[in-house]
Amino acid sequence: MIHTPMDKIAKATPEPMARKVRGLSDRTIAWIFVAPSIFLLLAVNIFPLIWTIRLSFTNYKVNRPNREIDFVGLRNYERILTDSDTWMTMQATAHFLIWTIVLQVLIGFALAYLLNMKFKGNDMWTTIIVFPMMLSPAVVGNFWTFLYQPQIGLFNYVVTFFTGGDPSSFSMIGDVHLAPWAIVIADTWMWTPFVMLICLAGLRSIPDSIYEAAECDRASKWRQFWTITIPMALPFLMLAVLFRGIENFKMFDLVVQLTGGGPGNTTTLTSIDLKREAFEKWRTGYSSAYAVILFVTVFGLASIYVKALNKVKER
Amino acid sequence: MSFSVTEPSNRTKWVAGTAVVLYAVITILPLMWIIATGFKSPADSISYPPKILFEPTLEGYVNLFTQRTRLNEEDLAALPPPETWYDEMVREQGQVITGASRYGERFMNSVIIGFGSTFLCMVLGTAAAYAFSRFRVPLKDDLLFFILSTRMMPPIAVAIPIFLMFRQLGLNDTHLGMILLYTAVNLSLSVWLLKGFIDEIPVEYEEAALIDGYTRFQAFYKVVLPQAATGIASTAIFCLIFAWNEYAFAVLLTSGTAQTAPPFIPTIIGVGGKDWPAVAAGATIFLVPVMVFTILLRKHLLRGITFGAVRK
Repeated sequence: MIHTPMDKIAKATPEPMARKVRGLSDRTIAWIFVAPSIFLLLAVNIFPLIWTIRLSFTNYKVNRPNREIDFVGLRNYERILTDSDTWMTMQATAHFLIWTIVLQVLIGFALAYLLNMKFKGNDMWTTIIVFPMMLSPAVVGNFWTFLYQPQIGLFNYVVTFFTGGDPSSFSMIGDVHLAPWAIVIADTWMWTPFVMLICLAGLRSIPDSIYEAAECDRASKWRQFWTITIPMALPFLMLAVLFRGIENFKMFDLVVQLTGGGPGNTTTLTSIDLKREAFEKWRTGYSSAYAVILFVTVFGLASIYVKALNKVKER
Repeated sequence: MSFSVTEPSNRTKWVAGTAVVLYAVITILPLMWIIATGFKSPADSISYPPKILFEPTLEGYVNLFTQRTRLNEEDLAALPPPETWYDEMVREQGQVITGASRYGERFMNSVIIGFGSTFLCMVLGTAAAYAFSRFRVPLKDDLLFFILSTRMMPPIAVAIPIFLMFRQLGLNDTHLGMILLYTAVNLSLSVWLLKGFIDEIPVEYEEAALIDGYTRFQAFYKVVLPQAATGIASTAIFCLIFAWNEYAFAVLLTSGTAQTAPPFIPTIIGVGGKDWPAVAAGATIFLVPVMVFTILLRKHLLRGITFGAVRK
């Protein structure tokens, strides 16, 4: 330790003064540390967002930069919200969102409950189960098209192995009724581990003493499950639903590779529709309005949900 | 063994274990299938019923890394004898190698963009997280929420103005553009995760260092950084995995020079139709590093995927 006169002064002076003596103030350092991140986020997120909002009131088209830009007011918004195709897309998204969340919560919670029994080797099996969610969704989606091939695909073969029938008799991604389920199955395969991990943390956070007390009061296992396990794991479950909800509302990569939105428009989720409008039809103004609507929807739903989540936590 | 009323009986454990193992086997099956398909011959890969036992071959991997054309038998016979094993393998299919495929290039792009953005993100993220953790930053909660909310936007929605902006700045289809973009996207994760890790380091260590005459900067990099090393490392791996797997921005903003592997792998086709072994080989090479990282990360996995909201 070096004792310079500076240190002696520093030590003798009260805290805030001492800091000033030793170089930059905390406030300056705080700004130096935070500013680059905020600046980058402003440049890559906020500035584009403002630009999007501005474009959403125009008829701008990227592929015709020389055309005069007209301000069209709210016409883009009006056209999107009155377009029946938009509502079809919203329906497809809702189907995908609801069923993936239901299946993932049910399977994920069941798995977490079983893993929490702490049998031998449960850590190793947890890691194995987790693999799918860490992989690249686009690459996985592309490969699932192979698994879903009638006749040569593993999926059809395994299903008909159990149910009987001909593996070439159905096509998961070619049939308008099956395709919405094909994307639900692939997403559930990929993301159930996510819900499972969060539920497992929830179950592990419940202290044993509560169960011991319930046991003393001769509460049945069934009752313990509904009055202790579920309520105490609920905030975790809700958090898992929040994350999955936001992610699947944005869903693009897995589904676009798996079905490309087809057959027909049966699996055209909002992001896929938006991509077509913006980067295939090049209707920049229109798709900007679309993007704003989506963002407001996610943000609005998420805020309401977070409020509900906080209420559950406080209970 | 001590007796506990809450400990499940051995029989219950056995049943639970069996159910979980059954699920694990089913869930791992598609992954095993990807890896296995990479070692099949094109004929085996599309056989009916699907072949579980097959003669492994490296054809898929050779096809992945090469570009080939089909020749008729006379022309093939007129060629000088094959020099390498892979040359020979391709000749047996009635084809000749005409050059290297784009896969190696795309894979390297993934490496450059992945590591570049992760590094930048860690530098910016650690600094910001430290400031948020230790100092009274005005509007701290609002700023933190703002940082998190940037992750809620659908990538396609953000891509429209970014596409326009990058075009103006000449950043479309460049490594730098993608590195900056992925850094911005990953900042929310890294700031939130790292703040959690730094919050756990007792402030007393730094206070002791400050009393010993360290400046704030010195205290930061000599005391806090080493303490946070594990947290920084696992956060870095999460950022790397995200950048590695990302598809939406990559497919919209890159086409040639800076294209990463995820948009490229699905476009692999062989001579005459989809070459599934080559696709599977490409996918395997691309997915295996992430699986290794997952094993390394298993203790911090939960924290990483929930932005630090759940800590075990």
